[in-house]
Amino acid sequence: MAETGAEHGEGLSFHPMDQFIVKPLFGDGPVHWYTITNVTLWMALGVVAVILLMVTGAARRSIVPGRAQSIAELTYGFIHKMVEDICGKEGLKYFPYILTVFLFILFANFLGLLPMAFTPTSHIAVTGLLALVVFVSVTVIGFVKNGTHFLELFWVKSAPLALRPILAVIEVISYFVRPVSHSIRLAGNMMAGHAVIKVFAAFAPLILMSGIGVLVTPLSIVAIVAMYGLEVLVAFIQAYVFTILTCVYLKDALHPAH
Amino acid sequence: MEIVAAAVLGKYIGAGLACIGMAGAAIGVGNVAGNFLAGALRNPSAAAGQTATLFIGIAFAEALGIFSFLVALLLMFAV
Amino acid sequence: MDNEELAAEVAKESVPAGMPQLDFSSFPNQIFWLVVALVVTYLVLSRLALPRISAILAERQGSIAGDIAAAEEYKLKAKEAEAAYEKALAEARNQAQKIVGEARAEIKKDLDAAIATADEKIAARAAESEARIGEIRAGALASVRSVAQDAAAEIVAALGGKADADTVAAAVAARVKG
Repeated sequence: MAETGAEHGEGLSFHPMDQFIVKPLFGDGPVHWYTITNVTLWMALGVVAVILLMVTGAARRSIVPGRAQSIAELTYGFIHKMVEDICGKEGLKYFPYILTVFLFILFANFLGLLPMAFTPTSHIAVTGLLALVVFVSVTVIGFVKNGTHFLELFWVKSAPLALRPILAVIEVISYFVRPVSHSIRLAGNMMAGHAVIKVFAAFAPLILMSGIGVLVTPLSIVAIVAMYGLEVLVAFIQAYVFTILTCVYLKDALHPAH
Repeated sequence: MEIVAAAVLGKYIGAGLACIGMAGAAIGVGNVAGNFLAGALRNPSAAAGQTATLFIGIAFAEALGIFSFLVALLLMFAV
Repeated sequence: MDNEELAAEVAKESVPAGMPQLDFSSFPNQIFWLVVALVVTYLVLSRLALPRISAILAERQGSIAGDIAAAEEYKLKAKEAEAAYEKALAEARNQAQKIVGEARAEIKKDLDAAIATADEKIAARAAESEARIGEIRAGALASVRSVAQDAAAEIVAALGGKADADTVAAAVAARVKG
């Protein structure tokens, strides 16, 4: 990177991570916990989008749904079925929170794809809290519902007795790695996609500086389009995966027997 | 000064090496999806019920690639 | 690029703290707004959106189920009506059969009676006629004898004979008998 900058004088500017900087919306002061930042703006837009879809979309309460109402009902049915299929009927109690998480992540991902947008879900702090809430509540629910039987989750009954202690250690480790992988998967995916798009975008103005740009610029623009398409897919899949893993973890808490 | 230069060099080399890890994730995801497709073509009626499992499998495989990507990013920008 | 320049580069690069994701000073801000956003979304969804959507779905389910039930009911009613119709038809047919039978029996009775009376009458008339015929025949025989006697006497007289009435009568009687 330093090399490129030196070669081209004014040079290509590679700042793939600048889009993730949290900065105040008004003024230039320090970021306190209450400061209205771009995080606030894009989360608020996400919440507004959720409300527009789920509340206003279904406001007409028609028996034969319109377009927005169809999408709202489809979303409802999609997550409802997921929760019911994976966690069983007992899991439906937590359905509102799971839907909240799904819609929040989905809209944060999608809105983050707009040019110049900020993606809250690309931050470890955000996804980490989301995953931690799931982890802590799953653990608490597991112990409240099953008492010490919840610990049987780590004691694999179907394995030979000699192997069980080793498996128990592995299971415990994998249990505590869950929130880490749960959060980093989402944040990493969002961060990676946006950073890659930014790197390609940084190559795009090469045509203004050097002859090789005739080749590089169209390539990079095609690459941006392709990455963008992939990112739209990833935005949905990551929201889906986060939700489905939440359901799977919740199932462990409700039915710890392997 | 030499040590700083070596650190910078090492950082970039490390970032590049970390990216090799993503190839593993690519192989893993391809494996999951390919095997799912093979199974689904053999028994298409059972495939629809297993898409959730497919996505969970892909997510687990992909997470490890994301970890290596993260290591690369950390080396590039945070170390 | 010598070492001093590189060092300067390194120093310049590490001043903006690398990944914004690891800038811990922004964490409280993000966490605070995330909690706000989640709570707002959760409340809106659980208080407003989900009851509404589930009500819509339940209503649709209900109306579909109701329509199907109504259709089922109508079908059942139609079947019942058909059965009733069939039954009525069968009954009517039976009734008709019975009425026809009765009528036939009555007519037969009447006919038999009429035939009997007619037969009786005919028999009576025939007997009467027979009697009359017998009478007439007897009368005719008697008159034939007397006419024959008279005629024989006349003929005898015309022939110039003298006819004794008794002899003529005996001859005629013998002749008529024979």
